[in-house]
Amino acid sequence: MKISKEKFGQAFDALVPEYQVIAPVSDANGIAFKGVKSFSEVKQDYLNSKLPPKAFFFPQHEKLMSYKKEGKDVTVKSELKVEDTILFGIRPCDAKGMQLLDMVFKNDQYTDPYYFERRDKSVIIGLACSKIAPTCFCSSFGMSPAGSEGSDILLIDLGDSYEVEVITEKGKALAARFEALSDLSAEEQALVDKIKSAETASKVDVANTTSKLDKMFNSPFWDTLQEKCIGCNVCSFSCPTCHCFDISEEVRKNEGTRVRTWDACMAPLFTLHGSGHNPRDNKKARWRQRLMHKFNYFVHNNGAMACVGCGRCIKSCPVNMDIRQVIDGANKAELVVE
Amino acid sequence: MQQNPYIPITMKLVKNLVETEDRLINTFTLEFLNKQDEENFKYMPGQFAELSAYGHGEAPFGIATSPTEPGILKFSVAKVGCVSNALHLLEEGTMVGVRGPMGNYYPLEKFKGKNVVIIGGGFAFTTLRALAKYMLDDKHRGDYGDITVIYGARNPGLLLYKEELAEWENNPNINLVTTIDRPAEGWTKHVGFIPSITEQIAPSSVDTYAVVCGPPAMIKFTLPVLEKLNFTPETIYTSLEMRMKCGLGICGRCNIGTEYVCKDGPVFSMAQLKELPNEY
Repeated sequence: MKISKEKFGQAFDALVPEYQVIAPVSDANGIAFKGVKSFSEVKQDYLNSKLPPKAFFFPQHEKLMSYKKEGKDVTVKSELKVEDTILFGIRPCDAKGMQLLDMVFKNDQYTDPYYFERRDKSVIIGLACSKIAPTCFCSSFGMSPAGSEGSDILLIDLGDSYEVEVITEKGKALAARFEALSDLSAEEQALVDKIKSAETASKVDVANTTSKLDKMFNSPFWDTLQEKCIGCNVCSFSCPTCHCFDISEEVRKNEGTRVRTWDACMAPLFTLHGSGHNPRDNKKARWRQRLMHKFNYFVHNNGAMACVGCGRCIKSCPVNMDIRQVIDGANKAELVVE
Repeated sequence: MQQNPYIPITMKLVKNLVETEDRLINTFTLEFLNKQDEENFKYMPGQFAELSAYGHGEAPFGIATSPTEPGILKFSVAKVGCVSNALHLLEEGTMVGVRGPMGNYYPLEKFKGKNVVIIGGGFAFTTLRALAKYMLDDKHRGDYGDITVIYGARNPGLLLYKEELAEWENNPNINLVTTIDRPAEGWTKHVGFIPSITEQIAPSSVDTYAVVCGPPAMIKFTLPVLEKLNFTPETIYTSLEMRMKCGLGICGRCNIGTEYVCKDGPVFSMAQLKELPNEY
């Protein structure tokens, strides 16, 4: 089924009073996901945003609770206000990234209430990629530029209209608001098929990477791999699946808030003990952690790789580290007999 | 565990005791404010909690009490950073925050019907004290065979829980061996490092589990001694420390390979550690 962009725009605008609506817009840094009030603000033609939309579920800086001290007493308050939210225009890689983050924020023992309050109150309208960047490599992970994993509704841009695919129950409820749906013409169907069968030109072979990494903790591969890295963390902050955070306090007189802030395993202080001991006190150990976590530990713990091939870390890196080359290097590295 | 695992319960600091003569370790006794909080805080020896000094932050510490001691929790904390310094300075009666209990615990089910040798060095004795206290409880003592505790510190003034150690000296239910690194005036017990004292005492490994906690150097030299006594990696347990924030296996900093020390540990057998990368 398809809906004309005009009708979709009307439905979109009608949802604005009921939902916080997040969509891609142009800003000084390129494309960003931001709150919009009308479909006319939405950027129609874009590759992807500079930062992944994970911040709407896992903000870069977030209040966990507040407290007030009076003499020896303390009152602790936690409040979490979450609005019903629609995220429009999420690319398939980022939608899949949300699914991977779900595995982190809920484990065998705990569920993160801040993340899942927002997640449960949101609907994701994915938008298939009509253009593919040279840094895109999602097809390496069994995904595709028109993949529907993680979206509640997937739209495919047909020029004047969108093809509408309802993926989940949540998506079904929202799609009920779309009017004047009609069938695709044969020509449009052909276009949909073409977009759906598209693959990224760039691909990296990850078939044996996890099992290879099982044997590579002590490999000399790590010695030289990271030499040009300056440890700026941009790869982590721009990654749709990176989720490490710090918890700290912001205090003014006798009142304070406990906040969590994005952190990264590439930061030297990340693992520093109070005693001064630091299990990952060098860049080699930190790079090994980054790669192992995404392509080995995460696979063992969650059954999937913690990479969606969005290519942001490649585009943003100031020293041209390319995760595809790193994986390739690991695939080809000689094993040391221990 | 409370519903929102990031929100601490409030507990009252009823005693802030200077534990060691170097004044670097204090033992905090915290009192539950109500039955409900205590009911929700069901824990076992080996688990830890995140202690909050409001205005400064929170940090993870092993619980030094055993669940057989109702109404309170104790933590023995070394003064090393921002939170621990703030905690040391708290006046008795101050309210603090506690999140927990967190992590796994010593495998007391496995220990049933077996002898247990507890080997501790320095201020790593906190959860070991909890373990011994638990097994010594009237309700549990019959479940275990011989209980041996080998505990050492640099000098007598640095031993934790001195009154309790004196009690254990005369308790037929426990075999306590204390040692200090160098001779000191008035000290009549063992003198020597933990590994050599362990070798001297030579606890039998037959039907026996060993639990070893202490500074890395102590562990490094004690393990070969235990091996010589025919303890296997499956029968030796330890508890690890890591920098932690969430304590819930989410924030990503305390992993050793696939395992999060906060959630999958802190208690590991040597057999488990042999399977993990050497990054702790």
